[in-house]
Amino acid sequence: MTNDLARWQFAITIIYHFFFVPVTIGLAFLVAILQTIWYRTDNPDYKRLTRFFGTLLLINVAIGVVTGLVQEFQFGMNWSTYSRYVGGVFGAPLAMEGILAFFLESTFLGLWLFGWDRLPKRVHLACIWAVSAGTMLSAMFILIANSWMQHPVGYKIDKQGQAVLTNVWALFVNPTFVWGYAHVLLASLVTGCLVMLAVSAWYLRKGDHVELFHRPAKLALIVLVPAIVIQLSVGNQLGVIEAKYQPMKIAAAEAQWNTCKPCSFSLFQIGGGANDQTPSQILEIPHLLSILATNMWNGEVIGLHQLQAQYQAKYGPGNYVPDVFIQYWSIRIMAGLGTLVLLLSLWGAWLLHKDRLRMSRLFLTLSVWAVFTPFLMNTTGWLLTESGRQPWIVQGLQKTVNANSPSVSSTEIWISLIAFILSYIVLGVADLVLMLRYSRKGLAQADAEAAEPTGPPGATAAPALTY
Amino acid sequence: MQLHTIWFVIITVLWIGFFVLEGFDFGVGALHQYIGKTEVGRRVCINTIGPWWDGNEVWLVVAGASLFAAFPGWYATMFSALYLALVLILVALFGRGVSFEWRGKRDDPRWLAGWSWALTIGSILIPLLFGVALGDLLHGLPINSQHNFTGTFFSLLTGYGLMTGVTLVVLCLLHGATFLALRTTGEIRARSHRVARSIGPLALLVNLAWCIWTLVEIGGGTVPQPTQIFGVTAVIFAWRLATTDNDAWAFIASGFAIAAAIGQIFIALYPNVMVSSTNHAYNLTVNNSAAGHYGLVVMTVVAVLFFPIVLLYQGWSFHVFRRRVSAPPEPETQSAAPGAAATQT
Repeated sequence: MTNDLARWQFAITIIYHFFFVPVTIGLAFLVAILQTIWYRTDNPDYKRLTRFFGTLLLINVAIGVVTGLVQEFQFGMNWSTYSRYVGGVFGAPLAMEGILAFFLESTFLGLWLFGWDRLPKRVHLACIWAVSAGTMLSAMFILIANSWMQHPVGYKIDKQGQAVLTNVWALFVNPTFVWGYAHVLLASLVTGCLVMLAVSAWYLRKGDHVELFHRPAKLALIVLVPAIVIQLSVGNQLGVIEAKYQPMKIAAAEAQWNTCKPCSFSLFQIGGGANDQTPSQILEIPHLLSILATNMWNGEVIGLHQLQAQYQAKYGPGNYVPDVFIQYWSIRIMAGLGTLVLLLSLWGAWLLHKDRLRMSRLFLTLSVWAVFTPFLMNTTGWLLTESGRQPWIVQGLQKTVNANSPSVSSTEIWISLIAFILSYIVLGVADLVLMLRYSRKGLAQADAEAAEPTGPPGATAAPALTY
Repeated sequence: MQLHTIWFVIITVLWIGFFVLEGFDFGVGALHQYIGKTEVGRRVCINTIGPWWDGNEVWLVVAGASLFAAFPGWYATMFSALYLALVLILVALFGRGVSFEWRGKRDDPRWLAGWSWALTIGSILIPLLFGVALGDLLHGLPINSQHNFTGTFFSLLTGYGLMTGVTLVVLCLLHGATFLALRTTGEIRARSHRVARSIGPLALLVNLAWCIWTLVEIGGGTVPQPTQIFGVTAVIFAWRLATTDNDAWAFIASGFAIAAAIGQIFIALYPNVMVSSTNHAYNLTVNNSAAGHYGLVVMTVVAVLFFPIVLLYQGWSFHVFRRRVSAPPEPETQSAAPGAAATQT
């Protein structure tokens, strides 16, 4: 019970946190590009756009930072057995993240935010790039830590029975990390682009500031098309890596109970709940699972039953099959939406080529609604990864059920869970209200501010009222 | 020196850095309504810490993560023992953290007042609770032979812990007031001076009492520790300098007072990191809670290579925004300010 509650709390808070993280990574990069164009061309439109999207970025950063703190504290608060056991390895990338990424991101965000009139243009531009680099470095260290849970490398268990680091380089070249990090970076770019595209499409459809918002719509599409194309193949490669180190994860993603060769991939299934091992699979595409899991036309995928027998022989009695329902549908929602986004982006690129982006109301409407897709893809992608690792918290080393804090009671977790959920609802509503409000009205205010006098040079009075 | 000890020192420095830097943010947050008086004044107060508070808060993140990496056992026991206290801290951090970014985004007076209170309450609650937490490390908590906490939330509310919390809150208020005096002009600066002068004697009394209590806790007899003498002297200087125009020196003095207070706790703690009130044989020490040797070597290399760079650019950021913040001179700009100002963040 205590363990389940701790898991629910971790799942809820991490999914919530990751709504904001990819927006921050993606938008920081795109805002840096907008400002670079402004710096190069001196076209005031790009200054307006930099400020406008910069505001949307900042609203998200605020909530991303505070929800990230919860995650850092939560390992010790709820998972003390885990932390004690693996902190010597898992903690290292988190500490590096703090020293190398968080200081960079936060300090330069402050400099960027308050430095518009204080810093030389070139230095101010460098600040937003430093922020962008900080967000990407931060994701790198988190992925190193997470990949170690998926595929532990570079460690040994010492005399006290605790995991200690033996080779830090192994963490950086862990194949799960290399491909997982590429996957997350691209997902963040896709997220940022789709947010930027949705806001721009909303203006274009309304016929408001058409020339201005055609620019970010174009930028978003130019970045989105290659990002989503590469993403599909990176995702595929990550699947192959996972099939190698965590075969349960991929077998469960196709509800493949028995070994197959070659293996087909179904688009839908009926049934397939927790205990249903004979779902009716519909629209099977031959050989596709073989390709996804092994990169080979006739590749073999070992079934859940056979894996379960192997694991029991290796790790002792127990159920080693992750939640098949979550795995099966997560991969389909993620990949299906990814395909739709690919089609949308190609359509957009074609419209851009024909210079008809402004006119296609259907495309613009769909682009506005497409803003929901990255959040669904990101969430289902992480469900696939994290739920697919179960019952392990660290693959092959420690089970989740043995990892929680013995000193924390169910009552305490209920209190924290309710406190976090209530706080997150308030934060989420306020964030949404502000995002919508600024998406709609932010431009006028960005302009008003850009025109605001900054006081006589050299006077003690600073352009103070930034907050 | 052993690597364990080096990392104990690094973690002490990180906590000192967090409290000295975020300490004035807490003080400003707690005092901004009173010292700011009007909406414009409050904005001026908040903007004195505007570019920095986030970077300052990262010191906490890094302190926590370094604890995890260098002393997994300490991190595991401390964070699970302080469970509900940390939940409260996190909720306070939510309210406070987003209040900076969101407060100015709407002109509605109720919105402004709501976030102002979130900022004020958070800024008092967080140093109070962290003070309780740090005090408890030294005072001792029920911890068993497996290094697991066996008490409840109420076991955390030790007298010494609460006294440590109150001391830190008062020192943060003093530090915030000297900071505001340094960073503002005119009436706001004058009010900051007044507040610093009235908090001064209170801070001196509380700090003295707490130092004596610390001596009792560690059974150190009647000889005060060097950090204690230094801390008390710093409070006196901060208080007396607040009556002069030496804003920078008053601020430096209040910063030293906080550094001495945090240093005092950690020095008294060493070589323990958490005392067990159940049995001193169960104490967590730098040796029995540390990570492996190789991991500590790697972390040391990273810290030695990159920490100086962090200090350089954070220092540069303090240099860039060194000028005093004041309300816009023109009345028209003032009335236009809230809407206009809202966009930049």
